[in-house]
Amino acid sequence: MRIYRLLLYLFPASFRADYGDEMEAIFRVNLRDAHGTARIALWFEVLHEVIMNAPAVHWDILKQDLRYTARTLSRARGFALTAILVTALGVGANTAAFSVADFVLLRPLPFADPESLVRLCEGPRTGGGWGCMNELSPSNYRDFKAMNSSFDAMGAFTGAGVNLVGVGEPRRLEIAPVTQEVLPLLGVSPALGRVFEAREEDRRAVVISYGLWQSQFGGDASVVGRTVRLDGVPHTVIGVMPRDFYFPTRNVQMWTALRFQNEDYEDRTNTYIRGVARLKPGVTFEQARGNLELIAARLSRDYPDTNAETGISFFRMRENMSPRFRLMLMALGGASLCLLLLTCANLANLLLARAAARERELAVRAALGAGRERLMRQLVTESVILTLCGGAAGLLVAAAGVPLFASLVPDTLPIAAEPSMDLRVIALATLFTTLTALGFGLFPAIRARRHTTFDALREGVRAGGGAKQRLRAVLVTIEVTMSVILLITSGLLIRAVWRVQAIDPGFQAQNVLALHVALPRPKYDKPLQRVQFYDRVLERVRTLPGVQSAGFTSGLPMVTTGLITAVEIPGREVASRRREGVSHRWVTPQYFTTMGIPLQRGRDVEDGDRGDRRWVAVVSASFAERYWPGQDPIGKTFQHLDDTRTVVGVVGDIRVRGLERTSEPQMYVPAAQAPDPFPGGFDPKDLVIRHSGPVTALVSAVRHIVHSIDAEQPISNVRAMTDVIAGETASRRGQLQVLGVFAVVAILLSAVGIYGLLAYTVAQRSQEIGVRLALGADPARVGRMILADGMRLALFGIVPGVLGAYAAARGMSALLFGVAPSDPATFATAIGLTLLTVFAGTLIPAWRAVRLTPMSVLRAE
Amino acid sequence: MRWSDVRLTARQFHPSNYVRYGYNHPVNIEAESLLPLTPATFHILVAVADEDRHGYAVIKDVAARTRGALKLSPGTLYRSIDRMVQQGLIREISTRPARDMDDERRRYYRITAFGREVALAESRRLALMLDLARKKGLAPRKA
Repeated sequence: MRIYRLLLYLFPASFRADYGDEMEAIFRVNLRDAHGTARIALWFEVLHEVIMNAPAVHWDILKQDLRYTARTLSRARGFALTAILVTALGVGANTAAFSVADFVLLRPLPFADPESLVRLCEGPRTGGGWGCMNELSPSNYRDFKAMNSSFDAMGAFTGAGVNLVGVGEPRRLEIAPVTQEVLPLLGVSPALGRVFEAREEDRRAVVISYGLWQSQFGGDASVVGRTVRLDGVPHTVIGVMPRDFYFPTRNVQMWTALRFQNEDYEDRTNTYIRGVARLKPGVTFEQARGNLELIAARLSRDYPDTNAETGISFFRMRENMSPRFRLMLMALGGASLCLLLLTCANLANLLLARAAARERELAVRAALGAGRERLMRQLVTESVILTLCGGAAGLLVAAAGVPLFASLVPDTLPIAAEPSMDLRVIALATLFTTLTALGFGLFPAIRARRHTTFDALREGVRAGGGAKQRLRAVLVTIEVTMSVILLITSGLLIRAVWRVQAIDPGFQAQNVLALHVALPRPKYDKPLQRVQFYDRVLERVRTLPGVQSAGFTSGLPMVTTGLITAVEIPGREVASRRREGVSHRWVTPQYFTTMGIPLQRGRDVEDGDRGDRRWVAVVSASFAERYWPGQDPIGKTFQHLDDTRTVVGVVGDIRVRGLERTSEPQMYVPAAQAPDPFPGGFDPKDLVIRHSGPVTALVSAVRHIVHSIDAEQPISNVRAMTDVIAGETASRRGQLQVLGVFAVVAILLSAVGIYGLLAYTVAQRSQEIGVRLALGADPARVGRMILADGMRLALFGIVPGVLGAYAAARGMSALLFGVAPSDPATFATAIGLTLLTVFAGTLIPAWRAVRLTPMSVLRAE
Repeated sequence: MRWSDVRLTARQFHPSNYVRYGYNHPVNIEAESLLPLTPATFHILVAVADEDRHGYAVIKDVAARTRGALKLSPGTLYRSIDRMVQQGLIREISTRPARDMDDERRRYYRITAFGREVALAESRRLALMLDLARKKGLAPRKA
């Protein structure tokens, strides 16, 4: 019998309560009548019928409850819609934020065993950490590779740009020359063809990206074996990488073979390659670091001239991003958690308010014999349906929100630009809200049972007790706390952005257009060829209508942040070649005028500064201050690349490395005074034009000019310098937009929460207020009482909110760009805004209380 | 007047439904909309048509009338009963037989007016089908 009773547990509790006893009685009779094999047959029969019927009964009840839910929710449309919206908001915002955070910070990179992939570069002698001080030099790379015992494989790569000619329009491509170890050690096989091998013919081979294969070769499968011309030199396509393969960043569209000649190993300070390696199985990250530090120490002993200060910087490939991005994403994650908590509190509040309204209905039903389980089940179904609808709507919110976060994906990681949605996260967020909905949705059912049914009925209009009111007050307080945290942190970040935007970049970006015109080698190997090209282009561009000035430079500020070299001053001891780097640009005349960089002393680069004249340089104020403090720099000389240059002018400093970073002093030399052979990468390739008038006409005119001078010369990266500066704050502004929306939503939700609670309180206490008024109480005092209630709630929320915000601001002080985490103006504004919103939320309930008359209350009774 | 006799023009509204299932307005069910009935439902209606019966009695009655062809299991029986009560075809009654004949665990069911209407509609439907079949020689002629 006990087994049968256990089997009955498969049926819903309410069904069991109704029919269990009878079913048991029938089974007992059947069991009594059956003997021998008939008894076994009976058991089989019972098992079969329970397994068939129990799920069917559950399904019946679910159908009933769904119908019931649809009916009750359609009657309470306002409630249902609000609950769904609130859930959608919380779930959506969280899904979007966590999808991005997971995409950037957590999800394994799309390589085989990505955890064992590491990046290497040169860092300070003491300790690694994030970031490269310098890339590696080929000789140091060779030694690290030969001497280490921690890696299965190690490869090197670098970055470059080439002009792809002969396949459609001439096109500028970002490429990565890689040693033959690199692609195999990443563990991704090509989609087509093969990758580099040690063969001689691979010296002129390329592997192309899936994107380039599609866009430039139309996805033609016979691309392998085709010849393409890169900067005029024929190369053979040997392979195509798969669709989601990015390395080292997503902008790189082609890989060429990187091989070192003997002369590449001569200069240990010529650092231009980056290392990538795979840890041996069983070797930990820390062991490898120890091993590399030993090698670095040995190299600095063996080559004190060049390696005395050179250590190794060594980090997981996953971590190849600025710590700022990590912090931004973590701040965002924290903010969305705040919002989730807030929406949960809001949902709970809504459900409690509804529970209060339904308490009598449930009490009546319980009194008339409805089982508690049955009531619970119904409420659970209702809650789950609500949150599932909310979760589904949240999915839409998240889908719309994810692209907003794209500016928070660092371009230094080999991942796609736009994060993909993460279903695990949405499941988690929905689960969280469902738990809230369950918890607070069940509350009335539990109460309905605990309450002796008569209490609820006898309480009359004043159904619902003080405990629930207190719980709702706590929830509203939580909402206020969360919105204060969000308001203050976004306020601080707004101030930080203002600060960054207020920084003077050192040049005038308005009305300056920049175009990338990189001349290929070996076609333009000779300095004279290049100078002729610049002259012809500039001469004609300057005559275009609306053009005020134009010039070439070897790197735009904030775009090309490198190109750092060292100079020697006669009679001055060089403390450290590495530490005394200067930012170095070859420029044509009119560059400073075009960029609006002020000339402080002396003269600009002139047309007459040709190779056969005295070699000159224009330096920035900080350059002059570093090398000739307190002296007139005009006429001073220094050594650079075996040439002696004379300073003829001083210009203002510019923010070469970006608004938020300190930049090296700058040195500009005339493009026409270039040594031969010329150091790669330094030749002028960015054309800047100061203009007035429409940009599109200008661009096509420039394109036409360049095309008529060299038909195979592509123009790429056309952009306004103002966009370059805007790009400096893009990730900050992206983060701020999201936080701002969160903060606004938070403050609105908490205002609605306070309004709801107080409106309910007034409705509940209308009888008491009516009696008070009848006994001669002052209506204004009643109104003040309600206002005070609201303000008290606000204060209880604001105090922990301020503390929480301060802690959060301390944690992200690296993002605040010097704004104090306790910035009084921001705190005061946020608190004022909260109080104002709360005040607005209390006005209507207070007004209602004031307008109550004893008569209206009694009539309602 | 008893609740079971309240007819709201083909609507069945029973207060116990409100209590048990939370129906908050009369449920609108046309007799025809329930057709065809499952064999179990039809036989249960037939079993309680002439006298109030408890579950076990329904099982025995059905088995006897069908000469053992239809043996209702307790699960099927009570699942059907549960649904039929909601649909207002039968209702549980509180009047009980004399104490010596009674077992207090037993619950007795009575057909409602709506249940009768539905059973009649089902019989008519079956008769019509039988008629059709006869005309085509697919069923024995009337004795």
